[in-house]
Order: sequence, then structure tokens, then C-alpha cells
Amino acid sequence: MATYSDKVIDHYSNPRNVGSFSKDEPNVGTGIVGAPECGDVMKLQLKINDAGVVEDARFKTFGCGSAIASSSYVTELVKGKSVDEVMGIKNSLIVDELSLPPVKIHCSVLAEDAIKAAVKDWKSRREGEPAREKDDTAAA
Amino acid sequence: MTNGATHRIYMDNHATTPVDPRVLEVMLPYFSERFGNAASRNHAFGWEVERAVDEARETAAGLIGGRAKEIIWLSGATESDNLAIKGVVEFYKDKGNHVITANTEHKAVLDTCKALERKGLAQVTYLPVDHHGRIDPEQVRAAITPKTVLVSIMLANNEIGTIHPLAEIGKVAKEKGVLFHTDATQGFGKLPIDVDAMGIDLLSATAHKIYGPKGCGLLWVRSKGPRVRLTAQMDGGGHERGMRSGTLNVPGIVGFAKAIEICRAEMAEEGRRIGAMRDRLHRLITDVLDEVYLNGHPSERLPGNLNLSFAYIEGESMLMGLNGSAHADLPAIAVSSGSACTSATLEPSYVLKALGVGDELAHTSIRFGLGRFNTDADVDYVAERVIAEVKRLRELSPLYEMAKEGIDLKSYFTGAQH
Repeated sequence: MATYSDKVIDHYSNPRNVGSFSKDEPNVGTGIVGAPECGDVMKLQLKINDAGVVEDARFKTFGCGSAIASSSYVTELVKGKSVDEVMGIKNSLIVDELSLPPVKIHCSVLAEDAIKAAVKDWKSRREGEPAREKDDTAAA
Repeated sequence: MTNGATHRIYMDNHATTPVDPRVLEVMLPYFSERFGNAASRNHAFGWEVERAVDEARETAAGLIGGRAKEIIWLSGATESDNLAIKGVVEFYKDKGNHVITANTEHKAVLDTCKALERKGLAQVTYLPVDHHGRIDPEQVRAAITPKTVLVSIMLANNEIGTIHPLAEIGKVAKEKGVLFHTDATQGFGKLPIDVDAMGIDLLSATAHKIYGPKGCGLLWVRSKGPRVRLTAQMDGGGHERGMRSGTLNVPGIVGFAKAIEICRAEMAEEGRRIGAMRDRLHRLITDVLDEVYLNGHPSERLPGNLNLSFAYIEGESMLMGLNGSAHADLPAIAVSSGSACTSATLEPSYVLKALGVGDELAHTSIRFGLGRFNTDADVDYVAERVIAEVKRLRELSPLYEMAKEGIDLKSYFTGAQH
């Protein structure tokens, strides 16, 4: 097993912004990525205001310590950023911040996917389309 | 790994065990006082250790109902499995080249078989196990061909603790005139073994799983009815009747024998005591937590083994909360996981897969290995920490939340990729 960086341990022990918003709120985008068979599932929710700024975020993650830390870190990272800015977040930023070893890079990729899935869900809700939630979010 | 707390609890006794102080005590003189080479026939330094090694042979053979001269000392169970399988396949190549084993064997057996296949020296049948991890002797019978030279089935599994019906498998092998090897690593010294009654022809074991030292193992090779022959895999001075050259690890052998002697004297009582602790740990956990599943056979199982899947939480994240990586102020608990994230391959345990445990549950498995030096207080504390950690991680788990909302996870995630 990998040894963990202090930041991974900190996020694992004291995860930030754990929880759920109601999925029905129109300004909430929900992204669920990964699969139980693969050992990683992340649910990331972004509350985005009319100006297109992420006001708040919540997460829940099934996965190893690095996956929990990656998603916890992302909830901090996205707050106050515009939708365009969060869509530009690359997994390498997460790798660097948490000092993830090569075998854990997939955790950061999943966290990046979760952001994109959440924004996509938010956009589809805003446009008033019925959210194709399952298709949009499950296939990471 | 740094650990702020001084108290640690070791509950990974399938991986290795601490050396029993009684074992260490008998080993010590064999480092600096009785340091001779057991192969030195010209002086007392050699004679005194040769005597000790021969007494150890008696002790080891006595545990399994074999003869002293049938014990070959070597470095451990991996070498023992290699010598048994490669040695038999090579020696009996004119008789056939077919080997039968199970897909839940230890890598020391599976990778040895694969190496023989790669070199074109053997064809291997990997038998599937039932959902408890057991081989049915009739599967072995059906797989035997005129080319079969060896059946290799372990005594007890290292991950799930399931005990195979060796006596019935040995009977089939005898009827068919096929040699029968067992990797007894996990059950040796813990379960009664009678090589004649069980029809075993070759048996592998190692000291460090039974409170002896690392680096010392044995291969027992039947000398009569039938006389089993092997091609040596180590060339050199012709030690161990030519089957395993190399100067004997005398302190290790003396320690191994003492470890065997203790196991033999205490086996029944110790099995009951450890089994009771294991059952209590299981009960304490499942009394509080829902959706905890036992992997392996409910009763035909090593007394110290408890392999559980905690639905909706990933095994490595559990280990991290227990093993001192996080919560450095709390005592570290050593257990292991069949989760993919504990390995670089990202594949969950092949043993759990072989039982038909879905990948989603294999990722959530934790193996508790209780042993001689665990106490009731350890069990209470481990149960308490496991319960707390599972509750915390389930609060963090989107799968737990979805399941509680009544969402069918299987259909929800169908088609999802890694």
C-alpha cells in the first residue's frame, strides 16, 4: 500500500464539505462518476448561482483514502470559481496538491471527471431539459 | 510508517506471526555457541548440530505422522511449493505432464504452475471452487487424465481460511495413482494432519506462520507407499539427500521444531480459544453493523480467520483508518484487505473473485487473522474501532446513501467503466 502524504491524511481524517444537497434544487449540479466494481465512486454536487459562480459544494466518496482526499480537496478548490474556471481544473493540480503516487493518479482523474459531470448536470437543468441523470453521470 | 501511539494490535497472523519467546530461547545458543555446520562430519561442532537437526526432523515428522528422514529443510513455503511441483513434474516427465490445482491456491503454487506451462513442461488444470471456496473431490476425479502426475491442493486458504477436504481428495489421488501435494502453510500446526490417513505424498510448511522464525520451511516427501522422487532444483553439496543443497539454517530449524512442539501440545486448546475470539469479533461487529458479509466457509475454516466484506466502503480506506496512517493518536491495528487499492494492479482479490464474490464486494473486504498472542481486550478494541470506522466511512459513501434511498446499485452502474 502506498504511504500517504500529510495532506491526504488530513483530508481523509477531516474531510471537507461532506454531505448532499437536494438533487431537485435547480441550481445544484450532481455528478456521480466511477463504479463500485472498480472500487471508486464519487458524488460531487456544486451549487452554482445565476452569475455562474460555484457558491458551495458537497461530496460523498466510496474509495480509497486518496479518492476521498481528492474529492474533499476538489470541494474546497471549486468554491468561488466560475463554471468556466472549474471546467478548466486538471487532475494534475490534484496530484500535485496531494502528492499522489502514480498508482493513485486515477483518483485525481475521477475527481476531475466528477467536476465535469456535475457542471454538465447543472447546465442541462438550467436549460430546462429533463436531466438524463443516469446516462450523464454514471458513465465516467 | 510513523506511529504516535505506542500500543499496537497485530491481527494479521496469516501474513506472519511473532516468534514465540519459548522458540527464541531455544534458538539463541545456535547462533554463537553451537554454530557448526550440520554437514561437518569431522568434529563435534558439526556433530552437535547434526543431532539437533535430526531431532527436529523427528519432531516435524511426528506432527504429521511421517518419518523423520522424509523431511527436507529449506527456506520457506514458497521454495517448498516450487520444489514439490517442479521437482515432481521434472522427475516424472516420462509418465505425464498434467498437473491439477485450484484457482484459489497461493501464488507460490499458481505462479509455479504458470512457469511450468510457459516453459512447455506441464499442462495445468485450475479447478474452480464453490462459493465457500472449497474443492469437491469429484472435481479432482473428473479432471484426472492418463497424463496426470500431480494434484496440488492447499490445506487451508490464506485469505478466507477455507479448509479443503484433503482426506477425500487424497483418496481419489490414491485410487488414480496420482501424487498428491498439499501446501499446508496456513493449517500446519493449527489443524490435525495425518499424511497416511489423508493420502498426502508431499507437504509444504513454514515456520514463521506458527510463531517460529522466518526463512525456514520444510517439504515432507513420502518415502514408502509410494516412494516419491523429485528432481532437485538447487544444485550443490548434495544436502538433504540430494534434494536440496545448501548449508542448513540450524537456528531456524531448531526454532521451527520448538514451534511445532508447542503447536502440537496446545493445538486443541489454542484452536478453541482463538476460534472463540474470532467468533466473538464477528458477533460484536455484526450485532451493530448491517450488510457485513462473511467470505469463506462458515464452519470449515481456520480458527483465526475472519474475512468480511463491509458493503459500501472500500477496503483500503478502512485500513487507513485502522493501521495508523490516519488517527496517529490511536493504537494502530494491523489487518489486511482484498481491495484492489492495496495492490498496484487495481484488481481485487483473485480468491474472492473465485468464490463468485462480486468485484464491488471484493473491494470492501477485510481479513482479520487472529493468533496466539491476541487477547479478548484486543477483540473488544478492534471491534469498537472497526464499527466506528465503518460508520464514519458509510456516512461518506455515496453508495450507502443511494442504497438507503432504495436505488438498485447494480442497474444504476451498469455499463460504467473503470
